[in-house]
Amino acid sequence: MAKTLEKVDVVTVGLGWTGGIIAAECAKAGLKVVGLERGKERSTADFLRVHDEYRYAMRYELMQDLSKETITFRNNRKMRALPMRQMGSFLLGEGLGGAGTHWNGQTWRFLPYDFEIKSMTDRKYGKNKLSADYLLQDWGITYDELEPYFDKFEKTAGLSGDAKNPFAGKRSSDYPTPAMKKTPILKKFETATSKLGYTPFMLPSANLSESYTNPDGESISACQYCGFCERFGCEYGAKTSPEITVIPTARKTGNFDIRFHANVIEVLKKGNKVTGVKYIDNQTGEEYIQPAEVVVLTSYVMNNAKLLMVSDIGEQYNPETQKGTLGKNYAYQILPGATGFFDEQMNVFMGAGSLGMTIDDLNGDNFDHSDLDFIHGGSISMTQTGTRPIQTNPILPDTPVWGAEFKKASIYNYSRTLNVSTEGASMPHKENFMSLDTDYKDVYGVPLLQLTYNFTEQDRNLHKYLTEKISTIMKEMGAKTVMAGNPITNYDIVPYQTTHNTGGTIMGSNADDSVVNNYLQHWDADNLFVVGAGNFAHNSGYNPTGTVGALAYRASEGIIKYSKSGGSLV
Amino acid sequence: MDKDKKGLSRRDFLKTTGIATGALVGGGLIGGLVGYKVNKEGQVAGMGGHKGVGGVQAVANNRGLMFFTNMADFNILSQAVERIFPEDDLGPGAIGLGVPYFIDNQLAGNYGSNAKEYMQGPFFPGETTQGYQSRLTRAEIFKQAITRMNEEAQKKFKMEFVKLDGGQMDEIITAFQKNEVAMKGVESGFFFRLLRQATLEGAYADPIYNGNINMEGWRMKGFPGNQMTYISEIENEKFVKYELESLSSMDH
Repeated sequence: MAKTLEKVDVVTVGLGWTGGIIAAECAKAGLKVVGLERGKERSTADFLRVHDEYRYAMRYELMQDLSKETITFRNNRKMRALPMRQMGSFLLGEGLGGAGTHWNGQTWRFLPYDFEIKSMTDRKYGKNKLSADYLLQDWGITYDELEPYFDKFEKTAGLSGDAKNPFAGKRSSDYPTPAMKKTPILKKFETATSKLGYTPFMLPSANLSESYTNPDGESISACQYCGFCERFGCEYGAKTSPEITVIPTARKTGNFDIRFHANVIEVLKKGNKVTGVKYIDNQTGEEYIQPAEVVVLTSYVMNNAKLLMVSDIGEQYNPETQKGTLGKNYAYQILPGATGFFDEQMNVFMGAGSLGMTIDDLNGDNFDHSDLDFIHGGSISMTQTGTRPIQTNPILPDTPVWGAEFKKASIYNYSRTLNVSTEGASMPHKENFMSLDTDYKDVYGVPLLQLTYNFTEQDRNLHKYLTEKISTIMKEMGAKTVMAGNPITNYDIVPYQTTHNTGGTIMGSNADDSVVNNYLQHWDADNLFVVGAGNFAHNSGYNPTGTVGALAYRASEGIIKYSKSGGSLV
Repeated sequence: MDKDKKGLSRRDFLKTTGIATGALVGGGLIGGLVGYKVNKEGQVAGMGGHKGVGGVQAVANNRGLMFFTNMADFNILSQAVERIFPEDDLGPGAIGLGVPYFIDNQLAGNYGSNAKEYMQGPFFPGETTQGYQSRLTRAEIFKQAITRMNEEAQKKFKMEFVKLDGGQMDEIITAFQKNEVAMKGVESGFFFRLLRQATLEGAYADPIYNGNINMEGWRMKGFPGNQMTYISEIENEKFVKYELESLSSMDH
């Protein structure tokens, strides 16, 4: 029998960026908040020995324990979905800070075009630019409406940038801290892209250029360019993360309580309200019911969708009839790129997760698509994140992958190779969706989430277009040999690509085509909020966290408002 | 640029990170810095360049087998990884770097038992885009494959694997790579990819895992290991060489 606990004002499921932001804002406003985190406590002190590529990057020290829970995957409805037994294509987080602990810190605002993508595309290119199989839709909120929340997140994070991107939406204030250092490697990209007529600028970074105190009084240190960001925690507290910002902010109010090892298995619903959540302490196996006035789902994209599905809240999307909204518009990203082999050795091992320069000329609708067979684009960047020896063994296609020749070439090329890469946008397609698996279960006996996903024509066309442009940039940068990325075929869940999964619990302006409104409040239950990249109606050509942070601040405002007056916020 | 890249005093370090100004609360990091010998001299024995296998025993004298139960299997593994990453004029190969011990030790732990991976049935072969679908753990796959390698050697060359010449060993490894060797419950190409990956991990992981002995893997590659900061050199146009550091330097 589950033990019923004392009721609280707000319960968050997960304590990464979204849960942390909501906890901080609600607790500051006087609400009693409980955060349920299935992983463990961790802090900067735990990362002193983090320069360990094997433990953190190869064996995924900070990531989800898949022996307890994973997802199943198939490329299309005809295939049998099978469990993702090992992590690969994307890295699910676990523990305090979630994926916000092991992120790189590249922090963007999606473009004004993104939020009104359907109307703007139709207006400019007609209704049939993409086939009806692409479920393009507006987000139910505009860039201008979201701008104050972007601003707030950037100030919490202390973001470092130069605001020189001519294509970015209007900003109400400058970046809180100046841009990171412009390294010789970045300068190569700057010179080459300028020469080709593009406008390079410094990538907005949550690895800070100088120490900073945010409006909540939390301090973030200056980045040391140690080269261990993605897949690692920061031993300096110099990479803005929930556990050094919003979590301590929430804790010092006295209104916030965290329960670790608390794995939520169900959202409890009665009539048109939710009443709380049921969770299992994954160390003792004991079950608890945590009643709450407001339930906020703040775990990752997949788990947020799964909890709604297993709790039977909302209508599951059916690709056959295209009815239902839960699970639809799952999107990912494409990563067109090119590798350049140079003669000179470069300090590739130095770096920071978001040390980079970018051009946005080929992103969004920043260029004319009239004669192109795709929409949108991607941000093209030269990043210097610190290449590490296990994972970086660059060789040309005609070099054997093992043996004497491999050893010589991979060692020679290690410090003589650069990559220019893209975060390429991904459009929702009727056959790409999430649902519940009928064969596989997690250790708690709950069905696994099932992902049905493949790249589409739009992806292939955009990928090809950008790959050619990037190869030209790499040549201009002085590479002696340029190796363009292979054309994409079927989505493969094995090699790492990106942890930028989106959709499934999308936001919108009405209940017919979205799961939540523009306060991330569920259409079917006023006191349930679902927050994260799952709210994205499509995925843009950027890292998602900036937009996720903005949405979390927006949701916080909604929750506080709801707690006072109740009812639908729209 | 070769010398004294660690000539950064603890006070400087605290200053540049903003810690001294109270940027970091909780004391965990500052507490942890005590005992971290930033200016420590006299690194691990054998720092002065590689000398093949001979000079590295001093730091490896506590190593031993945790997984394999007989030297015959271990020797097959050793020869195979040496073919993947051979000794040459740049420096040691997999054996000289301790890779066989690294792999053995990893197979005895979470890696070998797939502890953090979903291993519940039912099991089906699946498409390549769906990844690992074997019921076998890595430990079971390695054990089976080592036996199969020797059987292939007997079949093809009427000899023990370890007695083959390099070219013959390569033929057998290539057969595994091309999925041409029948294995139970897993394809041989899958084992090959595991073996290749584990070899690279053993060559380049921090020496605390019993591979990359004396950081020779890093030295060959020009990777400086566990450095505290690059802030003073990040804008340097020239390739900067550092005195290599292992994580072990933080603990003694």
